[in-house]
Amino acid sequence: MIVFVAFLVFLGAGFDLFVIGGGGSYVPLGTTIALLVGFGSSWASLRLGDRMVLASASAEPLDQAMANATTDEEKLRYRQLDDIVEEMAIAAGLPKPATYIVPDRDPNAFATGRDPQHASLAVTEGLLQTLDREELQGVVAHEMSHIRNFDIRLMMIVAALVGAVALMADWAGRGMWFGGARGRSRRDDDRGGGGAAGAIFFVVWIVAIILAPIVGRLLAMWVSRTREYQADATGAELTRNPLGLASALEKIEDAVEPTTAIKRGTAHLCIADPMGKLADGEGLSALWATHPPMAKRIEALKQMAYQTGRPEGVKA
Amino acid sequence: MSLVVLLVIVVVIGLWAMGLYNRLVGLRNQTQNGWKQIDVQLKRRHDLIPNLVNTVKGQMDFESSTLTAVTEARTKAMAATGPADSGQKEAALTQAIGRLFAVAESYPQLKSNENVKMLQEELSSTENKIGFARQFYNDIATKFNTATETFPANMFSASFGFKPAELFTITDDADRAVPVVKL
Repeated sequence: MIVFVAFLVFLGAGFDLFVIGGGGSYVPLGTTIALLVGFGSSWASLRLGDRMVLASASAEPLDQAMANATTDEEKLRYRQLDDIVEEMAIAAGLPKPATYIVPDRDPNAFATGRDPQHASLAVTEGLLQTLDREELQGVVAHEMSHIRNFDIRLMMIVAALVGAVALMADWAGRGMWFGGARGRSRRDDDRGGGGAAGAIFFVVWIVAIILAPIVGRLLAMWVSRTREYQADATGAELTRNPLGLASALEKIEDAVEPTTAIKRGTAHLCIADPMGKLADGEGLSALWATHPPMAKRIEALKQMAYQTGRPEGVKA
Repeated sequence: MSLVVLLVIVVVIGLWAMGLYNRLVGLRNQTQNGWKQIDVQLKRRHDLIPNLVNTVKGQMDFESSTLTAVTEARTKAMAATGPADSGQKEAALTQAIGRLFAVAESYPQLKSNENVKMLQEELSSTENKIGFARQFYNDIATKFNTATETFPANMFSASFGFKPAELFTITDDADRAVPVVKL
């Protein structure tokens, strides 16, 4: 996140130097605006983000689903989910999050909420039907880990900053186009010796402006993938049963179809990529994935359980 | 000039010590809370058992001895004195419930009864919760112990009044043995 704020300040500082120009009363307008936009949008998404996410997925609270359940089997499954969420909350030492059911046949789950006191956890109907109790426990543990590690707050801030970066780059670019020449010549009069370093900074800044939206998204995706691995590991720490989650991931991977109820904006919060894309870990497409390749996640979990028999020198 | 430097050093050390003290207080309180959470789950189990016994009593007339064993073990566990005694009595209760589950497997009408399935889920979930509460207590006690014992905190933690926390351990060796189920 520091990287993002630094990137924003860099864009703002460049804006000040090259567009508004030096001399006289120097007010760092660009940098101030950059910081305000960054923090302002982060704060807004922190406050309101989770309710919007749950509404967009048409999530139903678990109590309601349990009251409306028709068959005994359904009631038992909902009861098991309720118990599992409470078990994982005890294991993590956190308050029990509000639980929701998403009406979709594809198995998936996500967690949302700015801190453990205001967290929610949602699971699709498909997940309840596909997994057994041990695997469901692994998935819930993974989601609780996202809540415990404050990943949701981190990704909300990152998403807002990506937007702010793109916005700043846009403004700075336009400002540059219209006012640049005037600013630059005044600066050269005031400080003749700054030439070479200033020119290099200028070039780097221009490139940054052009690439800013792309770089922003790439950074956000890298952060998302790192946090997924971390959540797998913390989830295994909670259940002390990494193979449960590994088996769940295998089942989810086999069943993958696009989860239509979960929209693109919340893809990074889920346990499996709801868009149905399988990033196989090769090439450039892997850089854009919100989740690491399933095979690598399963491999990492099996290593935690000392279950891999990979001989030395064999490439995965 | 050197007086100012000395003052700054003292203030920095003071701030660090304050941060350390507050962190240790937080961890110690979480450890105490973790210990009490185990009691919460044990009490929940005590409250559930009469319900279970009543549900299966009608269908398991021949197994009155198993049912009575569970009720008696519960009474003993509720009257336990002190943590060591409580640990033993709760373990005995777990064993009695385990025997009841094992016996219930041989009653097909009991297995298919949905109320019984719900109650089995409740009881096995309660056992899970007791286990996870103990796991969390051990995890948080380990964090607390590590925080008090690492350098440089270990120089101050004793004088601040922080004693290491005891981890939850099995006292009865019978608990470590592989359970034998005799029907």
